[in-house]
Amino acid sequence: MKNYDIIIIGGGPAGLAAAISAYDNGSRDILILEREPVLGGILNQCIHNGFGLTRFKESLTGPEYAYRFVEEVRSRGIEYMCDTTVLEVSTDKQVTAINSTKGVFSLSAKAIILAMGCRERSRGALNIAGARPAGIYSAGTAQKYVNILGQMPGKRVVILGSGDIGLIMARRMTLEGAKVLAVCEIMPHSSGLKRNIVQCLDDYGIPLYLSHTIVKIEGKDRVSGVYIAQVDEKRRPIEGTEKYFECDTVLFSVGLIPENELSKGAGVSLSPATKGPIVYDDRETSVSGIFACGNVLHVHDLVDFVSEEAEIAGVSASNYAMGKGADRRVVSTTCGNNVSYVLPQMLDTNASGMVKLYFRVNKVLPNPTIRLTSNGEDIVVKKKKIAVPGEMESIVLTPAKLQSISGDVVVSVEE
Amino acid sequence: MFDVIVVGGGVIGATILRELTKYRLKVAMVEKESDVAMGQSRANSGIVHAGYDAKEGTLKAKFNLLGNLMMPAYTQELGVKYINNGSIVVAYSPDEIDTLYELKSRGEKNGVEGLEVIDTETLRALEPNISPDACGALLAKTGGIVCPYELTIASIGNAMDNGASLYTDYEVCEIVKGVDYFIVKSIDGRELSTKIIINSAGIGSGDISKMAGDDTVHISGRKGEYILLDRESQGYCTHTIFKTPTSKGKGILISPTVDGNILLGPTAQEVDVPDTDTTSTGLDYVKQTADSMCVRVPHYNTITSFAGVRAYSDTHDFVISHSDKVEGLINVAGIESPGLTSAPAIAKYVVEELVSALLPLVENTDFDGRRQSDHYYSKLDNDSKNKIIAQDPRYGKIICRCEQITEGEIVSVIRRNPRATTIDAVKRRLRAGMGRCQGGFCQPQVAQILARELGIPLEEVTKSGKNSRLIVGKTK
Ligand SMILES: Cc1cc2nc3c(=O)[nH]c(=O)nc-3n(C[C@H](O)[C@H](O)[C@H](O)COP(=O)(O)OP(=O)(O)OC[C@H]3O[C@@H](n4cnc5c(N)ncnc54)[C@H](O)[C@@H]3O)c2cc1C
Repeated sequence: MKNYDIIIIGGGPAGLAAAISAYDNGSRDILILEREPVLGGILNQCIHNGFGLTRFKESLTGPEYAYRFVEEVRSRGIEYMCDTTVLEVSTDKQVTAINSTKGVFSLSAKAIILAMGCRERSRGALNIAGARPAGIYSAGTAQKYVNILGQMPGKRVVILGSGDIGLIMARRMTLEGAKVLAVCEIMPHSSGLKRNIVQCLDDYGIPLYLSHTIVKIEGKDRVSGVYIAQVDEKRRPIEGTEKYFECDTVLFSVGLIPENELSKGAGVSLSPATKGPIVYDDRETSVSGIFACGNVLHVHDLVDFVSEEAEIAGVSASNYAMGKGADRRVVSTTCGNNVSYVLPQMLDTNASGMVKLYFRVNKVLPNPTIRLTSNGEDIVVKKKKIAVPGEMESIVLTPAKLQSISGDVVVSVEE
Repeated sequence: MFDVIVVGGGVIGATILRELTKYRLKVAMVEKESDVAMGQSRANSGIVHAGYDAKEGTLKAKFNLLGNLMMPAYTQELGVKYINNGSIVVAYSPDEIDTLYELKSRGEKNGVEGLEVIDTETLRALEPNISPDACGALLAKTGGIVCPYELTIASIGNAMDNGASLYTDYEVCEIVKGVDYFIVKSIDGRELSTKIIINSAGIGSGDISKMAGDDTVHISGRKGEYILLDRESQGYCTHTIFKTPTSKGKGILISPTVDGNILLGPTAQEVDVPDTDTTSTGLDYVKQTADSMCVRVPHYNTITSFAGVRAYSDTHDFVISHSDKVEGLINVAGIESPGLTSAPAIAKYVVEELVSALLPLVENTDFDGRRQSDHYYSKLDNDSKNKIIAQDPRYGKIICRCEQITEGEIVSVIRRNPRATTIDAVKRRLRAGMGRCQGGFCQPQVAQILARELGIPLEEVTKSGKNSRLIVGKTK
């Protein structure tokens, strides 16, 4: 069995950035495994722009953003294997994979970085009543049909969920000549980025129905129409508020879930809040030597933050493989008021560099105060103009601040 | 001229067709949908009932028991998944205990073995998630589970391997009776002639009988809705759990499936039009009833919901007989539950007793009843897989990541009997697209493989036949 210092599972933005940073930290024996025929991950089908504004201060398309990292990987001569699906990762860091030339084969590594990304929640998970004809797609599947295969999944479209892919597809389908009749969002606020609401819906006159859901899908062979209805505070449809739309397509953009199968198989503990692995600030999981980054860890709204996080994981995995273990003094981070998750879940207060805590709020909060406390003591207090669930928030902790933390940390956001 | 045409590609038609190929007969099946197993045999509970339910002396009671006894060997020969997991009927109040004893004695009269009334403690040891209200249960050790469409597909595939023909998208709309033959016409203008018709058209069997000249078969529909939970919930329960039937009905069941999912349902709703839409009332009822039967039902693991329509006869028993009015017509109608369980036994009876009365049966010595499972590849060890990949690299390319299905397997079900020609047909054979992403990732790829293998443009690939196209045209 061939042994590597670091095996990275997934050649999307997270895996690529992790590989580069591991290399730049001194590791040479690195392998990236990717199931698709090319590197780049889901960015390859995101042909719209808006990527890289934070990192490169320019607006790139998904493939352009990915390409910059692919080039960096190539120029360093980092090894990668495409068209290769990882079937299993074990707790002792063996990787079993399959491809057409090698068949089923095993490798081992000193450190492993999980960077498999996420998948979309399906219609089934929502249990929406009605028929199950053709014409029902997750937004990402529709995106693949349009952007990669050059095929139109439909002409008259209703979208459920205001996640970013749904918003992007509302515009994309419109540009391709389809009529997008409505975007329904069950929550009273959108789960997508504000800029996407403006640029993808408002600019094209596509109505967004907040606090609405699809209650019934009709159609025998192909979708023929949907009923939507307003929902109450408990997200139950309100009788008498139904509206009918004649359409041939329903797209679902109802959330992303980290791809957990391999993580679970490796014995990594998962967080019920992020649905991804529980990690330390250096992105090591509960299994020694297995790290995670990107959307497999928690769903990011901007790829720029994925790259940033992956660099942390890359350096940590590289240090681990070189035998530079961290001597941690660990506290855990927990959600206070109005916070739905905090990442990392475990914090090393001995960390020598800056540590950034990411978190999300669970409702729209105008003029909020962000507060990080430990044992009732304020560590950081920060004011903001607005906090929304669709946009990840962060707090930076300096080594000095970290040292001052005496116990578990609570992040809360007050109105 | 065929000797026998079987109308309807459900599990009943399937097992009959296979049974017919054991003899030197020219046989065909006609099915109105683009694939087989698209009616009741697609969407049902998949329970191999023990046989305590049906009243003594009914055809249901007789064939249920016989079918239950045949099922293990029958499924093994066809490479179909079957698990003898045992069923339990739970009493949720002390007065229901009497009913358990009634069921037990009825079952014993029907010839069912291994029935036992168990106390709460034993029940809880078997099923730790049972509701605290449970106060006893009937354990039926011979109860089992099987995948209904897999059984249907495998039976038809094996019958075809043994010489039977299959006509899909063949919706029978007219039957012309000649002196000693029939002409069976389809709505798209095709015609086939046959000496004998076996009517196993499920919900359509009343119409088929009538087309042939016998209007005595009356079929109605009763819808049943289900919720399916992800395999993550595997182990939540191991037996099939029923409520004690009351005057208000049978309630629902909670059961593992042979694939490791958990199934909740079905409801029972009379329907005029046999659509398989789910309803929010139906799904709510399933959830609530499940919550009254067990604790901590993992609803958050829901991956899909679906519905099936039971086709029942106004006699409330199976109709399995020569038509009194039309010679050469054999009706196998009103096969509601426990029809899946009964299928192998019904098939044997129909051929050996009913067909034999009309035609001499000469044994087909070439008959081979074995069929390799569509899932055989995934069960192989790595060395065997690697030998196959060396021959055909497509077996090294994963297409469906949730279920880890390779391109080689997909190509194989498109080519072997009965050929998969749609996205859903591939899914029913291999589970590709049936996992937690529900085809989100693999559907475009499966569609491309179908287009290539069938030699059609991508636009013509359908989800499930007819007008169920996936895409409407090219982008600008
Ligand atoms: C909700 C539900 C739950 C059930 N649970 C169980 C269970 O747990 N255990 C059990 O043993 N049984 C169960 N059953 C019963 C079992 O599913 C049926 O008995 C069995 O599937 C009947 O098979 P079939 O071949 O008669 O009918 P079907 O599977 O309905 O097949 C009939 C076929 O005929 C075709 N057809 C109709 N009209 C025409 C036409 N004009 N031309 C050509 N083709 C035509 C249809 O398309 C269909 O494919 C259940 C049934 C339902 C609906």
